[in-house]
Amino acid sequence: MEHDEQQPSKAVDTEYEVIEPGHSYRSVTDHISAIVLTRKTPKTWLIGFGVSFMVLSLLLMSLGGLLVKGIGLWGVNQPVGWGFDIINFVWWIGIGHAGTLISAILLLLRQDWRTSINRFAEAMTLFAVACAGIYPVFHTGRPWLAYWLFPYPNTMGTWPQVLSPLVWDVFAVSTYATVSALFWYVGMIPDLATLRDRARAKGAKIFYGMLAMGWRGSARHWARYETASLLLAGLATPLVISVHTVVSFDFAVGIIPGWHATIFPPYFVAGAIFAGFAMVLTLSIPLRVFYKLEDFITNRHLDNMAKVMLATGLIVGYGYMMETFMAWYSGNPYESFLMKNRFSGPYMWFYWALITCNVLAPQILWWRRFRRNVTMLFVVSIIVSIGMWLERFIIIPVSLHRDFLPSSWGMYWPTSWDWMTFIGTLGLFASLMFIFLRLLPMISIFEMRTIVPPAEGRSKE
Amino acid sequence: MSQIFHPSANTIAKVSIFGAIFFAGGLLVILNEVNRSPYVTRVGVAREQPVPFSHKHHVGGIGIDCRYCHTAVETSSAAGIPPTETCMSCHSQIWADSPMLEPVRASFRTDRSIEWTRVHDLPGFVYFDHSIHLKKGVGCVTCHGRVDQMPLMYQQNTLNMEWCLDCHRAPEKYVRPREEVFRMDYRPQESQQVIGARLVKEYKIRKLTDCSVCHR
Repeated sequence: MEHDEQQPSKAVDTEYEVIEPGHSYRSVTDHISAIVLTRKTPKTWLIGFGVSFMVLSLLLMSLGGLLVKGIGLWGVNQPVGWGFDIINFVWWIGIGHAGTLISAILLLLRQDWRTSINRFAEAMTLFAVACAGIYPVFHTGRPWLAYWLFPYPNTMGTWPQVLSPLVWDVFAVSTYATVSALFWYVGMIPDLATLRDRARAKGAKIFYGMLAMGWRGSARHWARYETASLLLAGLATPLVISVHTVVSFDFAVGIIPGWHATIFPPYFVAGAIFAGFAMVLTLSIPLRVFYKLEDFITNRHLDNMAKVMLATGLIVGYGYMMETFMAWYSGNPYESFLMKNRFSGPYMWFYWALITCNVLAPQILWWRRFRRNVTMLFVVSIIVSIGMWLERFIIIPVSLHRDFLPSSWGMYWPTSWDWMTFIGTLGLFASLMFIFLRLLPMISIFEMRTIVPPAEGRSKE
Repeated sequence: MSQIFHPSANTIAKVSIFGAIFFAGGLLVILNEVNRSPYVTRVGVAREQPVPFSHKHHVGGIGIDCRYCHTAVETSSAAGIPPTETCMSCHSQIWADSPMLEPVRASFRTDRSIEWTRVHDLPGFVYFDHSIHLKKGVGCVTCHGRVDQMPLMYQQNTLNMEWCLDCHRAPEKYVRPREEVFRMDYRPQESQQVIGARLVKEYKIRKLTDCSVCHR
């Protein structure tokens, strides 16, 4: 960190550029558009997509079974009414937050290193929200009546209960999905026009031509584009905070020990960004190897993301500390029992695994040596993803399984249907990601061109 | 580079974007209308019955009281469908040979109930009690309409939840004196506002709008 300055500046500069030297406008465009346009579909892509699609079929099967039989297939029952459905909902929706943070907040803060990762991070957001959305809809048991959650003049003469955070959730998540999709698409229009112009095949020309919506790159187009993307960034910025805040209210408004805590909103938001950056790392590390994008997604990017992960991980760790402190400080016997139960109850291994994954493991990111070790980063990012999943497991079923009355205590274990649904959404996510990588530019071409040093850009054009 | 699209594509694109919004909006309006139409609610749709029993004739013409047939209405949740014997108490003498009434006589001979088509069919998850509504001054006509003018029975009202709540939220708009509940042609003596407010107080009518009042 601080000792960066003491190193010879030359070495640091080359290592820490947001784009490797030697690139021109043309080479940037060529490289990124070629991934989509000129290459034949790589075998590895076909295999990857095939496997993902098979895993996705698990989701279709498990949801089909659910529709036929009902949620009795899942492991939830009294006293644990929320299990994998809500754990995975919160996990997925949290992952999405990194994309919005990168695309909105870092845009407003003019962080140029976001340029090469924002496109696929936004795609990740969208796909994660798609996976997340499945759970609350299906856990109602009657997903075909899910539209009841929206305020419309229904024949029941009732409106959704606006005092319930579950209703806020509907609006938070649907707004999030809408704004993310708009932001992603609007940001892609200039690139889609580039692909349209470079495409050889007639079908590709029409496909990208329609998506590009007649973009000609005139000064007026650019001026409007800049305004639109700034407006959307402004709209998306509060969403980074609000969506997971509202998700945390689903719990914090309840009076269950382990849920009823004022620290939940900031602690959830930090956890979401933590998990999101872990997922961006998990995706970008193999991507840059497979598509030879090390020039664009440099070690500087990985390093910065690792720093964000470290910072948010510390906030999450502070959250765990505060939960423990409040359990003691409140003097509430139920609160302190809950913490004791987390430390040494039947799910104690989950708790200690959570602490290891989310608090201990990220600490190695203090050292630059580890932040620059790609393998190490990849491993840490996976550990963090697991840790954040465990966190939701600890918060949701572990808080519920010890009710106020010992007579209503129980245990929660997911069934194979739960696992199929969860693994199935991983397949959905991966399938969507593969389709995205094949059809759309995974890195913003025109924004990358803005960070090519001007002299180099012109000399080779 | 040749043009991919004809210049008209611009217009088509703009029209289709706006069109999609209006199309989606229009679809929602249509769904809403269909959902409230007689096709779904069956308001005003006379239903086929095994015997074309006319409330207009029996109530309006002859002047039989509701309770002559629907005997349980004051004491039970269900008003009760009369047994065939009730029909036969007159029709063993009057129209005793009418072919139209053959299903009634057959039911009487074989001791098997006539299978009427239910007109007012609340869903199973709704708890409804006739007796308490009568006790609190809700007239038969308030929900069932002027059955004395219905040759074949049909629904006067939608039985949608919003319709139930309309009264449960503001009972003073509909209540009448207890002694008038079976009257077909009841007209309030003074304005309904005055009577309603007085009766709500007098009968201790509460605005029961908790979910569990009906969904138990």
